[in-house]
Amino acid sequence: MHGRPRKPSKPEDAAASAAKAQKLRVLQSQFLHNHQNKIFTKEAVELSAKLLEINPESYTAWNYRKLAVEHYLTLSNSNPESHNSIFDEELRVAESALRQNFKSYGAWHHRKWVFSKGHSSINHELRLLDKFQKADSRNFHAWNHRRFVAALMNISEEDELKYTEDMICNNFSNYSAWHNRSVLLSNLLKKKANGFLLKVKVLPEYEFVHQALFTDPDDQSGWFYHRWLLDQTVKVDSPLLASSWPAHGSDVMLLGDSCPSSPFTNFHSDSGTFPLILYFNQAVEGVNSSTVLVNYELNTIKDLIWKPLSANKSQTAQVWVTQLNFNGVEPKAYSVEVSLGHSQGIISSSGFHYNHPSRFAFRVCVQLVEKGPAKGLGGDVILWRDENFHIYDAHSVESSSVISPDQLSIQNDHETTAFEWRTEAIAKEIDHFRELLSLINCKIGKLTLARLLMAHDTMTCQSPNKTFHLEEVLELYNDLMKLDPSHVQYYKDEHSLVLLQQVTSSKESLLRHCFHYRNLTSSHIGNPICVRLNNLLLSRVGSFDKLLWVQMLDLSHNELQSIEGLEAMQLLSCLNLSNNVLSSFTALEPLRSLKSLKVLNISHNEIGTHSIDTTRHLCSSPLSHSAGSEWNTGEIVNTDIDVKSYWEAYFILKDLNLTQLDIVGNAISGEKFKSLLIKVLPALKWLDGEQLH
Amino acid sequence: MSEEEDGVKKEQRKAWREGAVRDRNVILHGGRGMVLDQIWLDAGNFLVDFNYANASSVSPPVLRLAKKDSFESVVMDHLRMNGAYWGLTTLDLLGKLDAVDKEDVISWVMQCQHESGGFAGNIGHDPHILYTLSAVQVLALFEKLDMLDIDKVSNYISGLQNEDGSFSGDVWGEVDTRFSYIAVCCLSILHRLDKIDVDKAVNYIVSCKNLDGGFGCTPGGESHAGQIFCCVGALAITGALHHVDKDLLGWWLCERQVKSGGLNGRPEKLPDVCYSWWVLSSLIMIDRVHWISKEKLVKFILDCQDLENGGISDRPDDAVDVFHTYFGVAGLSLLEYPGLKAIDPAYALPIDVVNRIFFGK
Repeated sequence: MHGRPRKPSKPEDAAASAAKAQKLRVLQSQFLHNHQNKIFTKEAVELSAKLLEINPESYTAWNYRKLAVEHYLTLSNSNPESHNSIFDEELRVAESALRQNFKSYGAWHHRKWVFSKGHSSINHELRLLDKFQKADSRNFHAWNHRRFVAALMNISEEDELKYTEDMICNNFSNYSAWHNRSVLLSNLLKKKANGFLLKVKVLPEYEFVHQALFTDPDDQSGWFYHRWLLDQTVKVDSPLLASSWPAHGSDVMLLGDSCPSSPFTNFHSDSGTFPLILYFNQAVEGVNSSTVLVNYELNTIKDLIWKPLSANKSQTAQVWVTQLNFNGVEPKAYSVEVSLGHSQGIISSSGFHYNHPSRFAFRVCVQLVEKGPAKGLGGDVILWRDENFHIYDAHSVESSSVISPDQLSIQNDHETTAFEWRTEAIAKEIDHFRELLSLINCKIGKLTLARLLMAHDTMTCQSPNKTFHLEEVLELYNDLMKLDPSHVQYYKDEHSLVLLQQVTSSKESLLRHCFHYRNLTSSHIGNPICVRLNNLLLSRVGSFDKLLWVQMLDLSHNELQSIEGLEAMQLLSCLNLSNNVLSSFTALEPLRSLKSLKVLNISHNEIGTHSIDTTRHLCSSPLSHSAGSEWNTGEIVNTDIDVKSYWEAYFILKDLNLTQLDIVGNAISGEKFKSLLIKVLPALKWLDGEQLH
Repeated sequence: MSEEEDGVKKEQRKAWREGAVRDRNVILHGGRGMVLDQIWLDAGNFLVDFNYANASSVSPPVLRLAKKDSFESVVMDHLRMNGAYWGLTTLDLLGKLDAVDKEDVISWVMQCQHESGGFAGNIGHDPHILYTLSAVQVLALFEKLDMLDIDKVSNYISGLQNEDGSFSGDVWGEVDTRFSYIAVCCLSILHRLDKIDVDKAVNYIVSCKNLDGGFGCTPGGESHAGQIFCCVGALAITGALHHVDKDLLGWWLCERQVKSGGLNGRPEKLPDVCYSWWVLSSLIMIDRVHWISKEKLVKFILDCQDLENGGISDRPDDAVDVFHTYFGVAGLSLLEYPGLKAIDPAYALPIDVVNRIFFGK
C-alpha cells in the first residue's frame, strides 16, 4: 500500500470496502473455479477480464487468459483475421488493466506475450507508450516496453537517442531518459556508428548535461550522467601495467646480508624465493606464463604459476603474483627481464586486450647461504611504541639513494598523445565548475570539481609539465563534510585516498613517513623500513601501487573499517592495525593472501561488537559458494572448534603463519577464544604481549 | 607539518571521533528512550492480531496482509505466500515466532505446492518462482526444510533457466533479474546450486549492469534499488561480487538518502520505508553502508510507525501494512537496532537461520 493516508476509516467507508471486497471475492472464486476446470466459454473468459480490470495483479488470471488464447487459436485453425481479433482483445484487456495500474508487471508482460505470439499490429504500441510516458515519465515498465517495441520495429538507436533528448528538453529532471540516453549512446559509441566517436560527441554531451546541472544543481538527474561522461573521458580502454615489484632497475638480494642499494627497492629473502607482483590499472584476466615472459640468463622461466589476488575464486584481478625461485643456483647477480603485451591474452573485464608491449628489468643477487641464528624480525617481539621508531634521515647517504615513487611506476609513453583531447575536455570542465562554484556553494559542484581535478592529475602525471591539485581536492572534501553531513563518511573515504596519493606522490613526502624500527639485537640490514601512516584520520587505504615494496606498515590510530586492497602488499611481514574500527574477522580477508605476514596487531578494534557484518558476503565462505575445497568441514568437525560461533576467525586465521598477534581490546577476546587462536595458529609465539610456551 | 597545523588536525580528529561515538550511541540507545520497547512489541502484536483475527475455517490461518474483510485484503489474496514470509520473518526478528501456530502454517504452505514442484501464492493459484522462494524461506524459519522434496523443488527452479542464463518467473516466460535472485537464493538454501549453470546466470545479471553502477530488470533497464538488491544479492550468493563497481554503485545508493533521512529507490523519487531494506542490504553487501547516516534513517523508520495500532507504513502518517512493517523492522535490524535479531542482507533471513543452514550440524 503506497501513499494511502492513515486515517481511521469511517463506518460507511468500511462498509463500502466490505461490499467491494465481497464482489471481488465472488469474482475471484468463480474465476478460480473456471481455471481449475479449464472452462474457456465466452462468459468465463469475460469474467477473467472483469477480474483483471479490478485487480490487474491477479497473475493466475493472466495465465488463464493465455491458456484461453491458445485454446481459441487451435480452434480457429490458421485464419489470420480471427487470430488478430483474438490478439486485439488481449491487448484491450491489458490496456484497460494498465489504466487501472500502469505498474502492473502482469499486464505489461501480457502485451509482450501477445507480440511474441506473432501479432503484427504493433504500430499502436508507440502511441500507447507516448500516452503512458507523458502521464508518468519515470515509469520503468514503459521504458522497458519501449526498448522492446523499438527493437521489434527496427527503430534506429539514433531516433531513440533523439527521443531521449526531447524528453529531457521537456523536463531535465527525468533520470529515466538520462539513463536511456547513456545506454543508447554507449551502444552507438561501441559500434562507432555514423561518426559516433567519443572525441566528437563528448563536448556536446557535456554542454547538454550542463543545462540540467546548472539550472538546478540540487536535482540529481544529471549528476550520474555527468559522472559517466567523466569516466568515459578519462578511461583508456586497454589495460595497462601501473607498477610492479620488483620495480624496474631495482635489486633483490637473496640469502645474504650485504646491501649496497636502497631499502626501497631492496629485498632480502632467506628462502631463495620472492614474489613477482604485477599491478594493473584495472582488473584483468589471462595472466600466465605465455602472456608474461620472465627471462633470465637468456632463458624463459617456464611453468610459472600466476595467481590473481581477489577475494573469491574469480580469475579476474587487478593484481597478479607469482613466486620466483632461485634456490640452488650459482651465487652471482642475475638480470631478470619481464615482458608482456607481445601476444594477446591479457584481457580487461570489459573485453579489451593488453596491447602495448612493455618490459621491465631488475637484478637478483644470489649469495652464499650463511647458516646462523634467524635474523631480522623473526625472533623478537615487535613493540609498536613511538620510541622504537626513528625517522629516516632525509639527508643521509642512505636516503639519497632512495628512488622517487615516480620510478616505481611503469612509464607508458604511448598514451600521452591519446590524452590530448581528453585533457582539454577535462580542463574545460574544470573551468565550468569553478565558474559555477563562484556563483553558488553547491555540493555537486564541489564533488565534481574534486573528481575533475583528480582526473586531470592522473592524465597529466606523465607529462613534463604536470601539476598536482591534491591540496585543493583535500580542501574540497573538507568543505563537503560540512556541507553534506549525512554523507560525511563518503567524503572521509575519498579524503583518505587523496591523502595517501599525496603521501606517495613524491620522495620528500614519502620520506616523512619512513622510519627505522629500533631493534638492537638484530643487524641493521635485517630491518626493513617501517612506513608509518598512523594517526592520519584514514578511514580507507589506497595507493597500493606505490607501496608494493613495504614490509612493515603501521596503520594504527586511524578510522579504518576496511583494508580492501591490502592484499597487493605481498611483502608485508609486520602490520599494525590497532586502534581502528575494524568490526569483524571477515574484514581481514585481504590478509589471507599475505603469505609473509608474521606479526599482526589488531588490538583495540570493534571485532565482535556488531551484529551486522558488512564484509560477511565479500569474503569467500560457504555462504557465497566461493570457499571451494579450502573450506573443509570435516577438518573442522575433527577439532573441537565451535564453528558456528567462530567460523569467521577460523577461516581467516587458519591460512596465516603468524608468530605474533595482538588482539586485546576487542569484544571477541576471552579465554575460550584465546585457546581457539592457539590451536589455529600453531606458529604463534606471542599473544597480546605474552610469550607462549 | 607545523605545530599549528598539527594542533588543528588534532582538534579535527578529536571532533570526528566524538561525532562517531555520538552516532553510535544514538543508534544503540534509540535516541528516543523508553517509548521504543513498546513500539516493537506493537509491531509484533499488530502482526499476531492479523493472524488470529482471521483464523476461521474459510481463510487459511496465516498472516493476513490487510484488515480483515477489507478490499485490500482480497486484492492481495494471490500473494499471501509473500505475506506469510514478510510477517513471519518480522515476528522472528522480534523474537515472537512462537506466537503463530507452526503446524497450521506449514500445512497451508504445503497445500500451495503444485505437481511441478513450484509453489503458488495461495491455494488454487498457479505456481510461480516468487512464491516458491517465500515458501522455502518460511520452512527455513521453522527449521522444516525436511518437509520438502528438495529435488522436486530445485528441478522446478532449474527448469526455469533460459539459454542466456536468465530465469523466467514461470512457464509463461516473463524474464527479470528478480527471478535470477530468487532462483539462486532458493537453490543455495536447498544446497542445490549445482543444478543450474551458475556462470551463465552471473553473466546475465552482469549484462543488466548500468553505467551508474546499478542494475535493471533486463539489459538496458533503469537502475532501481529493489532490482539492485536482487542482482547484488545473487552475485553475493554466487561469490561474484567482483562484478560490482562498489564505489560507483555505493555512491549512487548512498545518494538515495534524502533530507528526511529516508531512502528512495531511484533519483528524484519520494522516500519509502521499503527502501530501508533494498538500499541498506545492498550497501551492506558491498561494505559501503557507512556512507549514509544511520541515525537519520532510524529516525525516519520510527517516524513511520503507527503508534496507536502498531505496524509501519511507507511514509509518516500513511496506512500501515505487513509489507512495510517487514521492511521497516528488517531495516532496523540491519541498522543494529537493539532488541532485534540480526538479519542476513543476502538471504533475507535471520542470521541464526542462515548460519544453521550453512554451518550447522
